[in-house]
Amino acid sequence: MKLPDPEILIQEITQQIKPLISPNTALVGIYSGGVWVLERILNTLNTDIAYGKLDAAMYRDDYSKRGLKSKNQPSWIPFDVNDKEIILIDDIFYTGRTTRAAMNELFDYGRPASIKLAVLINRGGAQLPIAPQITGAHILLKSHQSFQLSQDTQGKLHLSLENSSTPHDYEESPHV
Amino acid sequence: MFNPQLNAEGKLKHLLSIEGLPKSILNEILNTAESFVGIAEREVKKVPLLRGKTVCNIFFENSTRTRTTFEIAAKRLSADVLNLNVSTSSQSKGESILDTVNNLIAMHADMFVVRHYQSGAAHLIAQHVPDSISVINAGDGRHSHPTQGLLDVFTIRKFKPDMHNLRVAIVGDVLHSRVARSEIHALTTLGVPEVRVIAPKTLLPTNIEKLGVQVFHDMKAGLKDVDVVMMLRLQNERMNGAMLPSSQEYFKTYGLTQEKLDLAKSDAIVMHPGPMNRGVEIDSAVADGTQSVILPQVTYGIAVRMAVMAILASGGQA
Repeated sequence: MKLPDPEILIQEITQQIKPLISPNTALVGIYSGGVWVLERILNTLNTDIAYGKLDAAMYRDDYSKRGLKSKNQPSWIPFDVNDKEIILIDDIFYTGRTTRAAMNELFDYGRPASIKLAVLINRGGAQLPIAPQITGAHILLKSHQSFQLSQDTQGKLHLSLENSSTPHDYEESPHV
Repeated sequence: MFNPQLNAEGKLKHLLSIEGLPKSILNEILNTAESFVGIAEREVKKVPLLRGKTVCNIFFENSTRTRTTFEIAAKRLSADVLNLNVSTSSQSKGESILDTVNNLIAMHADMFVVRHYQSGAAHLIAQHVPDSISVINAGDGRHSHPTQGLLDVFTIRKFKPDMHNLRVAIVGDVLHSRVARSEIHALTTLGVPEVRVIAPKTLLPTNIEKLGVQVFHDMKAGLKDVDVVMMLRLQNERMNGAMLPSSQEYFKTYGLTQEKLDLAKSDAIVMHPGPMNRGVEIDSAVADGTQSVILPQVTYGIAVRMAVMAILASGGQA
């Protein structure tokens, strides 16, 4: 399979996000991949839009199985969430469980006016009634396959496809 | 060697003492605690990690601060919390420790936080409980108080991030202090190059140097150029016989005043595990002064205890 270039996917979703931005918008990246994507988008937009970073691990439904996987990346939401139009940003959309966890966490900061979801790739396989509104590419994967986004020392993003012997039903957090 | 704190995969199963824990696990706890510091500043000061779990604080010895910080930590993780003050309850009616514990197991508690006046009590309970239960030592006799040691190093790391370049002095009643032992183990494990203890001979255990510390009997020499001053409480309730002439005399020699603190580095921080005896081991002006981080210790203590409980609840995964 020919994999798309994540840098091009970022340009693609940035173009889709641009018309949605109002003075009331805030962008929130989900660790780790979503934060990398968020940082790229912020560089391109070049505005003083409100933004934040979420580590949704404390809200995951599979926490007791996988732990926090904390890499000393606390959630950081420096703006008032109340009545904001939030665009959540993640790298890969799979089951929807990370998005659910992130939304639950956001609501503990306040009551947003709305939440949209932007992802680089929707790989299919949602297990919840959640779907991204902004998508860079649709690429369907089998359950034993997964995409991994990584960032090199120059800050460039790379996408790889991994095959595991056992199917897994949660999104792996990408490894640096 | 069998370590009762770790499971077969080498992950944290119980937290009984800092002694015997590898540096990697200490760092995992401290890094995880960073994620919990900000929760207290949010609109909803709660995360759902321990939802549906029951944490049981079993205190065979009184302690307001430790019990309340464990309680608030468990509640901010959404656990149900049961507080048992055994000193005022069934033990006074003659029930044994393990009978008390068996009753709580029958109530399906998931985690025990244990304080006991005898060393080894938390170990005893950890060996007794079924696999599904984790035990946290909240202080046993003169032996260990691991979460206090962890919150102290967490506080140091917050104010002095370069742990490999620090000189730390622990001052006071080291002999009776489980806090001092936990602090020494935490500091040396994390690679702090110079740990000093400063105390009169009567308040130092024999062979304390074997823990890798330098011993001073003179405050002025001991405090010279240190980055961190960790004061210990003078444990009046543990003193038998004449170890000290009087508390006034003690303050004169070993009490921390601004004048003595000025011998340390100018940006040195002052810590105290509480409760403080003002005018005995520490002067009020120092306790409330600009170099004091005694109240941040309390705040960080909650984050560190949340991290320990969260890690234990996920089978030791950080």
